[in-house]
This record gives sequence, structure tokens and C-alpha cells, in this order.
Amino acid sequence: MCLAIPMRVTEVKGDPDDFTTSQIATVDSDGISKEIRLDVVDRWPNIGDYVIIHAGFAIHTLEEKEAKANIELIRKMAEGMPEELLR
Amino acid sequence: MKFVDEFRDSSLAKPLLVELEKSVTKPLRVMEVCGSHTMAIFRNGIRSILPESFELISGPGCPVCVTSAPHMDAFIAMADMPGVRVAIFGDLFRVPGSNGSLANASSRGAKVDIVYSPMDALELAVNNPDDRIVFLGVGFETTTPGIAATIMAAKTRNIDNFMVFSTQKVMPPPLIALLNDPELQIDGLLCPGHVSSIIGAGAYQPLVDEYELACVVAGFETTDLLNGLILLARQIASGKRAVENTYPRAVSWDGNPRAQKMVETIFEPTDMDWRGLGVIPQSGLKIREEYSHFDAEKRLDITIPEAEEAKGCMCGEILKGKSTPPECPLFDTRCTPAKPIGPCMVSSEGTCAAYHKYGR
Ligand code: SF4
Repeated sequence: MCLAIPMRVTEVKGDPDDFTTSQIATVDSDGISKEIRLDVVDRWPNIGDYVIIHAGFAIHTLEEKEAKANIELIRKMAEGMPEELLR
Repeated sequence: MKFVDEFRDSSLAKPLLVELEKSVTKPLRVMEVCGSHTMAIFRNGIRSILPESFELISGPGCPVCVTSAPHMDAFIAMADMPGVRVAIFGDLFRVPGSNGSLANASSRGAKVDIVYSPMDALELAVNNPDDRIVFLGVGFETTTPGIAATIMAAKTRNIDNFMVFSTQKVMPPPLIALLNDPELQIDGLLCPGHVSSIIGAGAYQPLVDEYELACVVAGFETTDLLNGLILLARQIASGKRAVENTYPRAVSWDGNPRAQKMVETIFEPTDMDWRGLGVIPQSGLKIREEYSHFDAEKRLDITIPEAEEAKGCMCGEILKGKSTPPECPLFDTRCTPAKPIGPCMVSSEGTCAAYHKYGR
């Protein structure tokens, strides 16, 4: 249920502060595009951002710098860095 | 950065595994809470490569599996009402209640629609003005915000024939219930990924403070999972306890405030019945009085029937982490995914289904 892979935003519609507008994004993954809702996403995405989707709703917009820090953390772990240097 | 391939990098998996082996210095027992983690762990073959003294048990985090038989019976009773159509996530279709499933009801004429999103159920209501559409809310914190947003949209758009029957559940309370059970000894929790993206990693701090549990939030790719297990092993070896977040690309300390606000607007906490675990105080969500027009339980006047769980099914013990599927005498004999007896075999995230699909 939770395993959705992040999808890339290609279009954004609606006003983040006005729930009476349709808050919708078009996302794309491997050439398949679909519309998803942005009503409950944590950060309003820009075109080119990636989002995590659950049951038709984007729940999280990924930030490149966080993802880079995340993979760095894993890489360091794989290099067997002592724990205290990882914090 | 595609946010996936990087975290599937197989050249990282081997050194991580070496690191994991080094980190496990004494026997330990960890519960993976989330059904998606259970599946990801099996799919990545992690269970078979774990050091022998690292015991990984599955917890109550498959939403379909913890839906009680009385709730299933109430769902079926609604589907059987004239003029009512129930809209569900596909996983729920074949889950047995005390007397058959929604699949059985559908084959005798009840209207059951499988939808991908609660918004699709709302559109079903718009397109079928003569029917009353009931969306069956089954899920945890990841699903609730979307349901809340859909109720909000139904109100804004004045869609009168749309309702929700909520059995929505929240995550920390069942964990606390399990931790209070003296029979279950666990050292740490592999905390769910996307539930945590809504509630935030900080939600597990009380488990660290009060139960001295090691808590690590992890993602779903191979390197995420291995990294999470290493951190758990290290915490348990060192005796130092903390909430650690190895999934910062999706999870922050405070979670998603927009989603939390949407949920709070529409729902309020209530006691909830869990299959196998019984009623747990304040572990569920009901629709607030202000939005009761969209509450199927009230509008259709549903009473939850008394029901019995399937005879011989050990789902309850499995959801509590006390037994594994092969210990159930029905496992892979009378109970298979094609002919499931309990919900743990039906759901694509169920522990019995995982053991069946990927072997023991
Ligand atoms: S194998 Fe079937 S009967 Fe046994 S616990 Fe699992 S779901 Fe229940």
C-alpha cells in the first residue's frame, strides 16, 4: 500500500491556500502520466519536483538536498564509518 | 536524482550487510510494524541473509489484516442495502467476515466498486446520483488525509449521496498496547515509512522514553532497510536509545502539518476494534459531528454486529508478533491466497501472504 515510487510533477493547478480550487498536479513516471491531488501535500511542488503519492493524493514533496544527504548517510554507513561521525 | 535508483544501488548492499553483521553483538528481537516493510523485506531477500541472532517479527501494520470481522460484516450489510454501493480499495474485496466476504456479496448482486482513491468514490457519487455511495475507510495515517480531503470536497461541492464509513486507525496506540503485553519481548521497532511522513518521527519519542525501545524510521529500498537494521542493532548493542530517522527524504521530525490539520478538521479520536488485538482506546478516528452528514454509520444507522473470528485462524497471534504463519495448522493447507481463511492471507501486505509468496 505504501510502496509508491516518487513521481515527477509536470503540471500544477490550483491555489495552495484555497481548498475550494481544485488542487491537482499531473505526474509522470516512465511515460505514464496521471493526475493526482495536492490537498494534503506537505510542500506545494514546483514543476520538476518529485512527490510521494498515496491513494491518489501526494503526501510529500521530495527535496533534492534531503535525498542527497540521505544517500550520503547510507554510503558512509556502507564504508563502515564509526557511528559518532555519522551524527 | 530520481529518488529510487540511488537507494537500490547493489554495490552498497554488500558492505552494508557486512556492517550489519558487525553491529549485531547479541541476540535481538525487532518488530517491523508496517505491512509494506514486511513485503519489502521479503522481496529483497533480507530475511534470509540476516545474522542468526537477529530476529525480525511482523507487527500489526497491515490495515486490511487488522480490520475486524464485525467491521467486515457491517461493510457487507451496507453493500446489501438497496440503493447503496460500497467503494473499496481492492485488497478488501476477499477479506472474510464471519459469514463470507464482499466478493460473495457482490456475486449475489450487492454493488461493490473497487477504487484507487477516495476521490474516485466521490466521482462515482457524482455520476450515479440515484445511488448512495459509501467509501469504506480502512487504513492508517497515510490514507486518512486523503479521505478527509475527499469529505471536505464533498461538502464544498454539495455532493449529498457520498458517505464514508470510517474504521481509520492510528499507529502509536496499538504499539503501546503490544508493549504493555508482558509476553511480547521486543528490543526495537522498525518504524513505518509513510505513516511517519504524516505523523513525523517525533511520534515515537514516547516509546523511547517510556519503554526504552530502539526506534528507527526507514524507507523501503534495500539500502534503506539495511541501514535501518544496522542502526537498530547498534542502539541495542550500545544500550543507548533514541528515535533515528534513516528516511529523511520522506520523513521529518514533525511530519506533514497540512495533512495533520486536514485530518483534525474532519476526524476525532475514538476507541477502535482491531482484529486480533481487540478494542484499543483512542486508536481510531471517527467523523466529527459537524461532518456527520458524510458519516455512513450515522446516516445508514449501522450497528456493528457481534461476530466470531474464523475458527483456527491465528491472525491475531501473528499480528501481535507471537506466532509466525508456518505455526498455523491451516497455513498453505486449507488457507492459501486463492482460498484464504484469514485476512493475513488475503491482503497483499499480510504476513501469511508474504510467507506464502516468498517461502519461509
Ligand atoms: S494461514 Fe490463514 S488461517 Fe492461518 S493465520 Fe494465516 S490467514 Fe489465518
